[in-house]
Amino acid sequence: MNGALDVGLRLLVVFVVFLTFPLIVGQTEHKVMAHMQGRLGPMYAGGFHGWAQLVADGVKFAQKEDVVPAGADRRVFQLAPAVALLPYLLVLLAIPIGPGEGAVGQVIDAGIFFVLAVMGVGVLGSLMAGWASANKFSLLGGLRTAAQLLAYELPMLLAAASVAMAAGTVSLPGIVDAFEWWWLPWQIVGAIVFFVAGLAELQRPPFDMPVADSEIIFGAYTEYTGLRFALFLLAEYAGIIVLCGLTTVLFLGGWHGPWGAEGLGWVWTLLKTAILAFVVIWLRVTYPRLREDQLQKFSWTLLVPLSLAQIAVTGIVKVVIS
Amino acid sequence: MSPAAALATTAAAAPHGFLSPTGVEIAFLLVGLVTFGAALVTVTTRQLVHAALWLVVTLGGLAVEYLLLTAEFIAWMQVLIYVGSVVVLLLFGLMLTKAPIGRSPDADSANRWAALGVAVAAAAALVWVVVDAFRTTWIDLGGAPSGSTKVTGASLFQNWVLPFEALSVLLLAALVGAIVLSRKAKADAAAATTGTPAVPGSRSEKEGVR
Repeated sequence: MNGALDVGLRLLVVFVVFLTFPLIVGQTEHKVMAHMQGRLGPMYAGGFHGWAQLVADGVKFAQKEDVVPAGADRRVFQLAPAVALLPYLLVLLAIPIGPGEGAVGQVIDAGIFFVLAVMGVGVLGSLMAGWASANKFSLLGGLRTAAQLLAYELPMLLAAASVAMAAGTVSLPGIVDAFEWWWLPWQIVGAIVFFVAGLAELQRPPFDMPVADSEIIFGAYTEYTGLRFALFLLAEYAGIIVLCGLTTVLFLGGWHGPWGAEGLGWVWTLLKTAILAFVVIWLRVTYPRLREDQLQKFSWTLLVPLSLAQIAVTGIVKVVIS
Repeated sequence: MSPAAALATTAAAAPHGFLSPTGVEIAFLLVGLVTFGAALVTVTTRQLVHAALWLVVTLGGLAVEYLLLTAEFIAWMQVLIYVGSVVVLLLFGLMLTKAPIGRSPDADSANRWAALGVAVAAAAALVWVVVDAFRTTWIDLGGAPSGSTKVTGASLFQNWVLPFEALSVLLLAALVGAIVLSRKAKADAAAATTGTPAVPGSRSEKEGVR
């Protein structure tokens, strides 16, 4: 019975993190964007600096009518938000935030592959939404989503493979265990490739071609209203958490820090994740959107060769030091 | 594949008491049934995109079967490559052809009986091979992991290096072939634009059929 209780508790904690952290990132995004653009942002809801704005947004979404277009494929249309959101919940289970068995939802032997495989499934949600909406803008958004995924999945995998080679294991806690500080300069190219490809997979600016609101309204999510639309937004923010957590665990040493690594390792993990999430928001405010052909070219002519070079460097260094 | 694997289980289960199956075996059989049903729907449905989505269920079910057989690495690879890439490519292609919502009138092929014959023959061969190969093999769930990444990698790069390398050369050949074909099509299209504008099998022609 103790085992079942333990499993239940872990699931509960991961679920709470899944529900709250995306909201924190969302609120931070409001504030950071407002400051960077020299405006106020939401200031009234809740009194102090508009802290309750996202709660108000949630209430607003819940009140809206759930509309399914007459020409849409009803079942696929309604299923799509769940397919987009659930994979990120599963991925959160596998990300370790501290040393030992206690600080990870579930230790998975082939953690890297599990995480990348399940993240790829989430994109099916956008594709289903794009096709089932019976709307040409949605279809265009779905097409762009698929093209983008196919272009950026490869560099992401190669960058992750490089780190797995360096650590000699594909388990996420194992990789952080093996981490040394000099991996940072050694794997820096892989880290940047992984982070950028992850941004593209999440369709965050400057890679937000699939939802480019000035061109195709809101891409695959154009026809969605109310809670289902909110689920897609939640999936985006949960994706930011997952990407930043993964980059932290794979490339930035997770719970290792210059001091206080015993007992407080999870603080380091959360701190690094938060800084990366800030970078994600920063990039959104700073960079203009890439054009579709630039986006493809960027991946195939820059990221893929860079990640291959990183694998070569990893291999050479690994052979030299062993 | 799944009925073949299911048969292999029943064959292997004999010395361990077929009449009192464990929870894992029951789960294996149930997931196998779901996978088989999804596969049937995939080939019989008249809605193109639904067929692709049922294929996701089929491939996902296979991944769960691998997991139940303790082959964890293979299971995640199955999800990563088939669900994450192959099906996405399939959906991309279907969207490019503007697959309609609802039934496609021309979804049935005239040679479906021949296809059924080939499928049954292939399934029979697979079932026979798998049952013959794993007749008395039994996975000890409590023992050392037999499908972890380490074990899989060791056996792949110690015992099966030659087939592995042959496969990679085959894939490389396919890759080069695809590039050559697409370059040729490009050159042809450039030549055709100076002549007649209509390319056979182009989008406008297909839409005319619908």
